[in-house]
Amino acid sequence: MEMNPARRTVLRGAGSLGALSALVLAGVLKPTAVYAADWNKAAFEAKDTAGALKGIGAASTSESKDLMLKVPDIAENGAVVPVDVTCNIPKTSSISILVEKNPSPLCAHFEFANGAVADVSARLKMGQTSLVKAVAKADGKFYTAQKEVKVTVGGCGG
Amino acid sequence: MSSMNRREFLQLLAAASATGMALDARSVWAAGKGDALYQVPKFGNVHLLHFTDCHAQLLPIHFREPSVNLGLAGATGKAPHLVGEHLLKAFGIKPAGIEAHAFTYLNFEKAAKTYGKVGGFAHLATLVKRLRADRPGALLLDGGDTWQGSATALWSKGQDMVDACKLLGVDIMAGHWEFTLGDKRVLEIVEKDFKGKIDFVAQNIKTSDFGDKVFEPYSLREMNGVKVAVIGQAFPYTPIANPRWMIPEWTFGIQDDNMQKTVDEVRAKGAQVVVVLSHNGMDVDLKMASRVTGIDAILGGHTHDGVPQPSVVKNAGGQTLVTNAGSNGKFLGVLDFDVKNGKISDFRYKLLPVFSNLLPADAEMSALIDKVRAPHKAKLEEKLAVSEGLLYRRGNFNGSWDQLILDAIMEVQGADIGFSPGFRWGSTILPGQAITFEHLMDQTAITYPSATLTEMKGEQIKSILEDVGDNLFNPDPYYQQGGDMVRVGGLEYTCHPNAKIGNRIQDMRLGGKPLDADKTYKVAGWAPVAEGAKGEPVWDVVARYLRDKKTITPRKLNLPKLVGMKGNPGIA
Repeated sequence: MEMNPARRTVLRGAGSLGALSALVLAGVLKPTAVYAADWNKAAFEAKDTAGALKGIGAASTSESKDLMLKVPDIAENGAVVPVDVTCNIPKTSSISILVEKNPSPLCAHFEFANGAVADVSARLKMGQTSLVKAVAKADGKFYTAQKEVKVTVGGCGG
Repeated sequence: MSSMNRREFLQLLAAASATGMALDARSVWAAGKGDALYQVPKFGNVHLLHFTDCHAQLLPIHFREPSVNLGLAGATGKAPHLVGEHLLKAFGIKPAGIEAHAFTYLNFEKAAKTYGKVGGFAHLATLVKRLRADRPGALLLDGGDTWQGSATALWSKGQDMVDACKLLGVDIMAGHWEFTLGDKRVLEIVEKDFKGKIDFVAQNIKTSDFGDKVFEPYSLREMNGVKVAVIGQAFPYTPIANPRWMIPEWTFGIQDDNMQKTVDEVRAKGAQVVVVLSHNGMDVDLKMASRVTGIDAILGGHTHDGVPQPSVVKNAGGQTLVTNAGSNGKFLGVLDFDVKNGKISDFRYKLLPVFSNLLPADAEMSALIDKVRAPHKAKLEEKLAVSEGLLYRRGNFNGSWDQLILDAIMEVQGADIGFSPGFRWGSTILPGQAITFEHLMDQTAITYPSATLTEMKGEQIKSILEDVGDNLFNPDPYYQQGGDMVRVGGLEYTCHPNAKIGNRIQDMRLGGKPLDADKTYKVAGWAPVAEGAKGEPVWDVVARYLRDKKTITPRKLNLPKLVGMKGNPGIA
């Protein structure tokens, strides 16, 4: 097995602080940078996708092959579904991730300073099979990519 | 292979007469068919021998192929979703011969008596040695589901199979049920027993925290001057179909992107032949072959489909062969490539059924098997009951073995309804044969065997059936989880395979009365995937039932009423 045990031990040592806190402690991210963005209450508390999109200002969106959404076809664990979004459209200023059937669909919203590489990863909580949607803002326009992630009770295979 | 020698012929006659079938067998072999079966002339310069899903069956067994293996949407009427006469016709196999018996359920009971048992590692070893004799450098590939499926594999934590595979000369292996021995045990075998002998490969297993690789993604070999890469693909839905808590730090998935990257990497390293040793299941393999370029062949397993010839899939980079090599040690696939000037110019493929009466047992392998069994002999051979009917498992909806398990767990636990997992492994018992404890373990030997009794509302029962139905019948193979439909006891229902989730399962009735969404029912089951689930091992529950009954009458299969499947060549 080839991996980096030291890196794993360091993060485990961070204990309940979690990975993000570890990065903060290591000086990679400054707390001010992490919490700088304003909390978009309307968007995060919206009960449906339309409301959430409205909250982030995405009235109309178009599909783009330069916006890449990576999620599993079937979730191994609905409590922590890995998602990775990369946007190669020039002047990308934000990426939002939505789970259509979650009680509050907007799960995450990232804003980028000019010139930043728009590549984000997160873990989503999903209670049921749903479309997962990525929305990116670039040069004032909104783009989307989506894919269904199946959440199943499991068992019975083989 | 030379024609059958005198000793083999006498062994064959002895074996045949023991079952009272000497005349039948003799007439079959007098026609020279046994000889023709194993004549596979050497072709080309790259040789791959492939078996998969043997499910720890060290001894010869009977195994009935399914009479229901539905293909929907784009898969309708295409391999592997062909049964019985449809399969014979599609592959030009003569009806009523030895190959028809190997590849289909047709006339199973009579043909099984005529041709005898299939598989067995001692007989497989003989076949492998014969093929290797005129195929220098040939690689033996094991597609996985090897360390699970028998009593001795369970009791030795896979050690009997690990030792047997080393003796058989396996070179490279992929996995699925192996992981139900737990991550530590798998790593122990891979890092100690297999070290320097067998490469355990998986491009699609990573650590769930940082995405580091757990196993080598591929093995790069040189054969007769040709560089050959074998990339491993573990069953992508292991943490969903089987207990995730046994492999808590690993993540799986199909991982097309990483597969493409891996193919590109081995090509860049000079591989002239690239094959994937896959445990995806054939429908997923077919889709993957259409999306990933640069793979010459996907040698597949998981769905236990004995497919006589490869499916040829066109993609943006050319074409990919997709094979599936059956299960339970019944088949050995032989893929020969002719590589000229760094390119594959042609290929030959043959899926050979392993008939144990035709292949003398390898002495060294027999000795190993005897040694493995010796300490457990009395327990394995305990006769629990005699079966009056045929007991088999394979099929999309139910098998008579599953029905027997359902009848047993429901009666012993006093349940209204029974659920039994849609496993595809397990040997077959002929009418009149005794059911031994070993046979029962062939159907139930898993590391999470608890029998359960759960109170469920009608609504919950419906949602479970819908969920499992979607894992089998979702038109997109990447959303299929593998395994057949959960076997259902007591409850009658109608199934619309082409409908969407939520509408596939209709008209559920218990004792003629519609199932009440709000009423609570007692449901018997086994094989819970949740951590900490408790209950008596299912084999003890069923063994009690069998000892008590002594004679098992032919089972009446509880099958759903199917809608919209008329004319589908995946159903008899």
